[in-house]
Amino acid sequence: MSEARLDVRKTYKLLINGAFPRSESGRSYEVTSAKGAFLANVAQGSRKDLRDAVTAARGAQVKWWNSTAYNRGQVIYRLAEMAESRRDELAEHVALCEGVNARTSQKTVSASIDRMVWYAGWTDKIAQVLGGTNPVAGPFFNFSIPVPSGVVGVVCVQESSLEGFVDAVLAPLCVGNTVVALASERRPTPAVLLGEMTSSSDFPAGVLNIVTGPSDELASVLASHEDVDGLDLSGVTSVDADGLAALGASSIKRVYRPHEMESDSSLRRLRAFVETSTVWHTIGQ
Amino acid sequence: MVPTIESEAQLRALLTSLSGVDAVGAEARVAKLSTRSIKKSTKLAAIEMAISMVDLTTLEGADTPGRVTSLCTKAMRPDPRDLTVPSVAAVCVYPDLVAHARSVLGSSPVAVASVATSFPSGRASLQVKLMDVREALSAGADEIDMVIDRGAFLSGRIGQVFDEVVAVKEACGDAHLKVILETGELVTYDNVRRASWIAMLGGADFIKTSTGKVTVNATLPVALVMLEAVRDFAETAGPTVGVKVAGGIRTTKDAIRYLVLVNETVGSTWLTPNLFRFGASSLLNDLLMQRLKQQRGAYVRADEFSVD
Repeated sequence: MSEARLDVRKTYKLLINGAFPRSESGRSYEVTSAKGAFLANVAQGSRKDLRDAVTAARGAQVKWWNSTAYNRGQVIYRLAEMAESRRDELAEHVALCEGVNARTSQKTVSASIDRMVWYAGWTDKIAQVLGGTNPVAGPFFNFSIPVPSGVVGVVCVQESSLEGFVDAVLAPLCVGNTVVALASERRPTPAVLLGEMTSSSDFPAGVLNIVTGPSDELASVLASHEDVDGLDLSGVTSVDADGLAALGASSIKRVYRPHEMESDSSLRRLRAFVETSTVWHTIGQ
Repeated sequence: MVPTIESEAQLRALLTSLSGVDAVGAEARVAKLSTRSIKKSTKLAAIEMAISMVDLTTLEGADTPGRVTSLCTKAMRPDPRDLTVPSVAAVCVYPDLVAHARSVLGSSPVAVASVATSFPSGRASLQVKLMDVREALSAGADEIDMVIDRGAFLSGRIGQVFDEVVAVKEACGDAHLKVILETGELVTYDNVRRASWIAMLGGADFIKTSTGKVTVNATLPVALVMLEAVRDFAETAGPTVGVKVAGGIRTTKDAIRYLVLVNETVGSTWLTPNLFRFGASSLLNDLLMQRLKQQRGAYVRADEFSVD
C-alpha cells in the first residue's frame, strides 16, 4: 500500500533583486493550462512591485555593465546549463501552457536553450559588429562603442511562453542592460522557472527581474516610469503600443516595437537597447 | 517646574523613579503604527512637512567648502524648479565649516547647526569640548549638536554626563542645544529613557538619537522611547523639548513612519521643525522624488536631483 502524502503545492513568485517575494499586494491569480485546467497560483504583481524591480535593476546595472563581456557571456551560458538540466520541467510547462504535445515542447525548449548559448556568445562580439573606428580628418583615432541604454522594461509576448521570453530578455541583458520583464500574463510559469534558474547561474541580484500579473495594467506603469530607459513592447498589440510608446516618450525611452519591423531579426533586438558612445584618442608619435 | 539637580544622588534617585520601558510593548506599538497608510494629499503634505524638518547633514572627513556650498544651496531651495518646496530646517556641518556655511546661507531662514564636543566619540576633556562649542558659535552656528560621554554614562558617572550638558548649555547661550544620546551605544531602552531625562534636565532644547557614525542608528522604538520621555518631561516639568532622529533614515516611507509616531505619541504640537527634525542627507532626495511622483503620477528618476 502506498503511503498517502500531502501535495507540496507551489505558488509561482516574482523575481526581484535576486529574491522571490510574493507580491507586495499579497494577491495571486490562477493560471490555467491551454485546455483550461488549473495549472498554478501565480503572484499578481502590483505597480509597487514594478517600482521595486526597477530600483533593483537600476542598482545592478553599473555592476553588470562593468563586469567583462566575457564574464557576462559565462553567466548567460551558465543559465543555459541550468535550463538544460531542468529541461523536462520546462518542457512540461511549455506543453501545458501552450497546449502543444511533448515532442513540440521539447523542441521549443531545445530552441530556447540554443538561443541562450547563442546570446552568451554575442556578449563579447557585439562591440565588433555595432562599433568600429571612424575615419576623421585629423591626427586622432575615433572609436564608436556600443554601450547599454540602462534599465530595460520588457513586456513579453503573450503566446510564446519560453522562446519569446528568452529572446526578449536575453537580448538587452547580453549588451549590458538590466531588465524588468513582465512575463506573459496567461502563460507565466516557464518564465518564472527560468527566473529561478538565474539564482544558480551567478546572475548578480537585480540584473533580471520578473514580474507576473495583469499586462495591460502593469505595462503602462513600466512605460511611464521615468527611471526606465528602454521599453520592449513585444507583448502588446500594435494599438496598445501606440499609447505606451507615447507614455515612454515623456521620459525619452528607447522603444522597440516588433510589429513595425519587416523581420524581427535577432540583431535588431541586440541593437534595440544600445547607445553609441564615441571616443576620440590622439595618435601617438 | 524643572527640578534643580544639586547632587548626583538626587539625579540618580530621580532616574530610578522613572518606570522601566516595556520593550516588547514599544516594539509592538511601532510595528502597528508603521502599517498606517498615508496617501494622496495627506502624503504630499507629510512629504513637505518632512522636507521642512530636515537637517541636511554632511559630516565626512572629506568635506570641502565646495561640498558645503552645494549643500547650503540645496538646503535653501531643495528643488530649484519648484519654489513651493519649503527650505530645509538647517544644514549640519563640522565646526570648521560653520563660517563657510554661514556665509553661503546669508540671511536665509535655514539655520546652521554644528556638531561639537569632540563629535562623534565625545572623548575629550570638558575644556576641549567647550572650546569646540565656542569656536562653532563664534563662527556663526545657530544650533549645537553635542554628544554625551557614553563611557561615563555606561560606567554610572551620570553626574559627569549631566554636568557636561549643563556646561555646554551655558556656553551655548541663545543657541539651540541638541544633545546626541547615541542610542546605539546605550544598549537598553531603559538607558535611552534615563539619558533622555539627563539631557532634558541639563537644559537640552532637543534630544537626538545618533551621530550616524555607529552601526545602530535611529530606530522607531528608540524614537518612541525618546518621544515618551519628552512627553513626560513636558507634563511634569514644563518645557517642551524637541526630538531629532538621525542616521539611517533614507526613504520617504521611513520619514512618514516617524511623523506618524510623533503625532501618536506627543501630538501634533510636535509636528513642526522647531520640535522635530530629521538628521539626514540622502533622505531629502527621496522626499523630493516622492513629491514629484505624487504630482506627476509616474515614478521619477533618481538623477532628477543633484547628488550631494
